[in-house]
Amino acid sequence: MATGSEYIVRTKDVVKEYVMGNNVLRALDGITLDIRRGEYVSLMGPSGSGKSTLFNAIGGLDKPTSGSVFINEVDIAQLDAAELAYLRCRQIGYIFQTFNLIPVMTALENVTLPMVFAGVPTDEGIERGIKLLELVGLGGRLHHKPTELSGGQQQRVAVARSLANDPSIILADEPTGNLDLKTGKEIIELLKRLNRENGVTIISATHDLKMVDVSDRVVHIRDGRVERIEDRSEIDLVVGEM
Amino acid sequence: MIALESIRVRFWRSMITAAGIFLGIAFLSSVLAGSAMSEIANRLSPEKLTTEVRAAAQARNMWLVVMSLIVCTVGISNSMLMSVTERFKEIGTMKCLGALDSFVRRLFLIEAAFLGIIASAIGWFVGYLGMFLLFLIRQGWAVAAGVSLRSVLMDLVTCVVVGTILTLLATVFPAQRASKLPPAAALRSEI
Repeated sequence: MATGSEYIVRTKDVVKEYVMGNNVLRALDGITLDIRRGEYVSLMGPSGSGKSTLFNAIGGLDKPTSGSVFINEVDIAQLDAAELAYLRCRQIGYIFQTFNLIPVMTALENVTLPMVFAGVPTDEGIERGIKLLELVGLGGRLHHKPTELSGGQQQRVAVARSLANDPSIILADEPTGNLDLKTGKEIIELLKRLNRENGVTIISATHDLKMVDVSDRVVHIRDGRVERIEDRSEIDLVVGEM
Repeated sequence: MIALESIRVRFWRSMITAAGIFLGIAFLSSVLAGSAMSEIANRLSPEKLTTEVRAAAQARNMWLVVMSLIVCTVGISNSMLMSVTERFKEIGTMKCLGALDSFVRRLFLIEAAFLGIIASAIGWFVGYLGMFLLFLIRQGWAVAAGVSLRSVLMDLVTCVVVGTILTLLATVFPAQRASKLPPAAALRSEI
């Protein structure tokens, strides 16, 4: 994987505008953010603050109106569609609020799907898929369809899928948003463990305070701007106040 | 592989698409078989029809077949477009995970090709069987069974080729639309 620059994700003056009829809606208003390798960062903010938009910009799912996003010091605006797909496939793992598993595939097939895109041989993919599902505690449910799994289990499959091609970044957009407290906590612990043990950088949007607890840094976003950034030491204080 | 699975799971939806192809091809097949059999009937019967009369009937039949196939193609196209819309989110997810445009396009085309081949083959069989029974009742065994095996097989090939090509043709546009979806937009859409 990429060599040792300190920052894995850098955004510089990212602006994203949506045109709605005659109105221009400024969802992101100049976001500059540096995220270190191996960091666990939470993006916090009320809904409509631009979290998801920032997310899509970092993940290369949407092009910003102006400004640039660097992943491993590569400006992703310079990449063509195939290179972008390659980046999404190998470097970034996505976790969604709504899980977004492919309903027609089993848990194992869902996990091996990104490997198919990456051109991993089938046998090797299955072997790795089984290992990943065991890692997230679903070794016994390899051949279940998403509809046969609970919300928490589906999200675990999604976590396993996000790890399929051994990415350096995991982007999690409200991963606990559709889960109850207990399963949400399990997912958070799982993410934290991956972050600690595998050194995966985790960027997660949330308004879940439990998520804040495990983060190295919390970035508060309001009205498309970075309001403030807190380090872990300060966070404990904040949580204490709640 | 993924395409096959997707047909299996969305069995009834696929069957609607397939029914479109099936009906069109059944009609084509029955016309082909019918003209072959009436040819034989004509050869066997004492009072022969003139060539002009037969040619006119032939032309009218062909015209009907072409019209029905066009209608079928539009129907398949519509039903494929629905199936793309239904799967916006799935396509978005796949693209998020690094699927190339060409992969998404291929997925839909393979699915269509499978449906096309299977539905046309069944359509051929049903259309042929229908004509066979009709001529058997009206004209007797000699006429109905008189068609050579070679021409029957030729009809099968024609039906499958025409059916598959039409299905693929009808799917090109929906598949193209699916493959060009920007992932963020596809994920946002709630259906």
